[in-house]
Amino acid sequence: MRKYLLRSTALGYLLIILIGPLAMMIWRTLGDLDGAWAAITSHNTLLAFKLTLYVTAIAVPINTVFGVICGLVIVRSTFPGRGILNAFVDLPLALSPVIVGLSLVVLYGANGWFGFFGDHGIRILYAVPAIVLATVFVSLPFVAREVVPTLREIGDEQEQAARTLGASGWQTFWKITLPSIRWAVVYGVVLTAARCIGEFGAVLVVSGNVEGKTQTATLRVDDAYQFAYGNYAPAYGIALVLAAMAVLVLVAMTLVKPREEAA
Amino acid sequence: MSIIARNISKRFGDFTALDDVSLEVEGGSLTALLGPSGSGKSTLLRIIAGLETPDGGEIEISGQDATALRPQKRNVGFVFQHYAAFKHMTVRDNVAFGLTVRKRPRSEIRERVAELLRLVQLEAFADRYPAQLSGGQRQRMALARALAPDPHVLLLDEPFGALDARVRAELRDWLRRLHEEVHVTTIFVTHDQAEAMDVASQIAVMNHARVEQVGSPTELYDNPATEFVMSFVGDANRVGEAWVRPHELEIVNLPTDGAVEALIERITTYGFDARIELTPGEGEPLTIQLTRERLEQLEVEQGQIVWVQAAAERTFA
Amino acid sequence: MEGAGAALSIGFVITFLSVVVALPIAALVWFSAGSGFDAFWTVVSSPQAVAALKLSLVMSALAALTNAVLGTITAWVLVRDDFRGKSAVNAIIDLPFALPTIVAGLVLIALYGVQTPLQLDLGFVHFQATITFSRWAIYFALLFVTLPFVVRTVQPVLIELDTEMEEAARSLGAGEFTVFRRVVLPNILPGILSGLTMAFARAVGEVGSVILITGNLPYKTELASTFILQRIDGDPHGAAAVSVVLLTISFAVLLTVGAFRRHATRHERA
Repeated sequence: MRKYLLRSTALGYLLIILIGPLAMMIWRTLGDLDGAWAAITSHNTLLAFKLTLYVTAIAVPINTVFGVICGLVIVRSTFPGRGILNAFVDLPLALSPVIVGLSLVVLYGANGWFGFFGDHGIRILYAVPAIVLATVFVSLPFVAREVVPTLREIGDEQEQAARTLGASGWQTFWKITLPSIRWAVVYGVVLTAARCIGEFGAVLVVSGNVEGKTQTATLRVDDAYQFAYGNYAPAYGIALVLAAMAVLVLVAMTLVKPREEAA
Repeated sequence: MSIIARNISKRFGDFTALDDVSLEVEGGSLTALLGPSGSGKSTLLRIIAGLETPDGGEIEISGQDATALRPQKRNVGFVFQHYAAFKHMTVRDNVAFGLTVRKRPRSEIRERVAELLRLVQLEAFADRYPAQLSGGQRQRMALARALAPDPHVLLLDEPFGALDARVRAELRDWLRRLHEEVHVTTIFVTHDQAEAMDVASQIAVMNHARVEQVGSPTELYDNPATEFVMSFVGDANRVGEAWVRPHELEIVNLPTDGAVEALIERITTYGFDARIELTPGEGEPLTIQLTRERLEQLEVEQGQIVWVQAAAERTFA
Repeated sequence: MEGAGAALSIGFVITFLSVVVALPIAALVWFSAGSGFDAFWTVVSSPQAVAALKLSLVMSALAALTNAVLGTITAWVLVRDDFRGKSAVNAIIDLPFALPTIVAGLVLIALYGVQTPLQLDLGFVHFQATITFSRWAIYFALLFVTLPFVVRTVQPVLIELDTEMEEAARSLGAGEFTVFRRVVLPNILPGILSGLTMAFARAVGEVGSVILITGNLPYKTELASTFILQRIDGDPHGAAAVSVVLLTISFAVLLTVGAFRRHATRHERA
């Protein structure tokens, strides 16, 4: 009896908050497929998706390299500031994206500490570089946070064995350490990519939101909604493409998670 | 507080854990359920505790039908192989738990807990957490916890299985002395026949979801009812179709009917006793148990071929 | 990790974090004090700012607490129960992690916006399950984005939990609710607190999902994040000031819950 009560509470909650609204959005899009398709394939929308993917393609490798090295430093080194490092890595998770964007505007703006970039003709703010910086900032923690617990659990016995067998530090890293954390890294990469694709608030602040130039896919959805004039199918359509990408991410997560946990 | 199990059956999917099992346990006795893994002994114990429900049959505790009673209501104390300590509570709170949930007055709880901690010799650890205790100490705490609410029956599921050999031997002694002091009906499950023989006054030997024999250690050793009991309880030799205990085998100078030739592989002495291991012409290896005195009289040595004869033997249908 | 490799790595990590994270935040804090303490205080103590901050903190706390309870129940059902489609349900929990926040906002508008199909017209009474431009919108949006946190932190703890402890409690006479309250709950509490903290931190800064659905009406549905957003062009110092305040309060909450969590798990480190 109690079991059914708990089950229906949980499922009912998920239905109201998650499943129901999602189903409705799909339904609405289907209601005006032509309008939705026109919006999705419009020139500026395609440019927006291209920009999002471009930024993601830059941010993910950067944060992957950082995440792995940072994870190693936190778990395997004797650096006294490890705890602070760990806290800084978690920081982006607790920061509002708007605050992230504002901090970049302050730092790279005309009167900011790094304002000299603009003085020399290098546009950072309201251009793609700022978008990349913002995206790297907000998606920074994910690979590191997956790598750290995995490294801790695995322990360094395998690496010690490799050293006694004559392997150099570099060889040990490539042949022993990296393979042992590969699923954690993959899972972290998936989460990082999802975060990059989905970033909104920080990019809204730093990009200038210029259609076709500095407008990412998420900003495009916002734009489509603001100028919908009652017909929301176009906005829903673009949003659905993003949602479809999210579902792909979900599928990737579901497939990789058991492998990560087994390691 | 007697326990009667009548015609208990239990299946888990395709696997039959208990097949029409019946058992009577006298009040105040110390009984062992002995058998290999998968024999059903733990399942039977858990059914008696109410932690599993049988598919068929009844359980009677102190004359009352307890089959439908939830474990909370059966007033049984249960001790788990891996202690099941409440790791977020101190030793004191662990032991007090059964009394706390019965809403006994605080002073009563305090006294009873102190009494039990003294009994299990853990007074110094009262305010520690289980994580700070050794395995043996945790199991003593688990015993105290189970005894605190004055159960009618004490059930122990392979209580010493997770401990190392020396601690196991200590706690075995301990359990026997505890039973002499507290006199609560106790049933414990084990796969270690030496443990069962050492501690229990009555043993129920189980195999493949059935009870093969119930009796005192001596009865089981001297008069095993089945081949399984013969081989599982105490050492046994197989000579052709017959079964012989190690002390019932002899080395003879002149072969008689039924004697076999065997090669002496190894002679060991330990204290007062000796053991000779032999390989016969055909069949399984044999072990003879005898006194050192007798060994010296025989004047045999390793590598020698001798005649071996059974002084008594058993066959089973 | 030793020698040159370690030194290089540590250097890289510190530099990276400084350039990407520490410097921007430091610049922001510095900038917020740029016009002097009075200007800082004027903006921060203005009724609209206070209202926005209060709304953010209260709604985030409510959403986090709701998800703490419902998330624990969901985790329990996912770990202890079994039914057709359970693995699909388990997978879909992560959707708010994977979905862009702006899409989350739209998703909620689809079902609970002005054009919602969930309406009942009984002639004299008209009931519509609309939440737009109301505080319910904020609540729902924050529930959506924080849904996975507690579920995912409690699940592994429940899986690891020794069910024999519960059996022991039952054999000692504890009723089902007592078993939950005195044996299960204390052991899953650290997991719940972790998830709750992360949920709160996430909610308090949320932008994308609330920006469309709430209308951002000052004093009514304007959150600290949208307040800051509005002010970046016109009053950047003010925006920075409120940002710093929001940051400080969030951290204070996080540290407090962290301390409480360490207290609740002291038996593990004993």
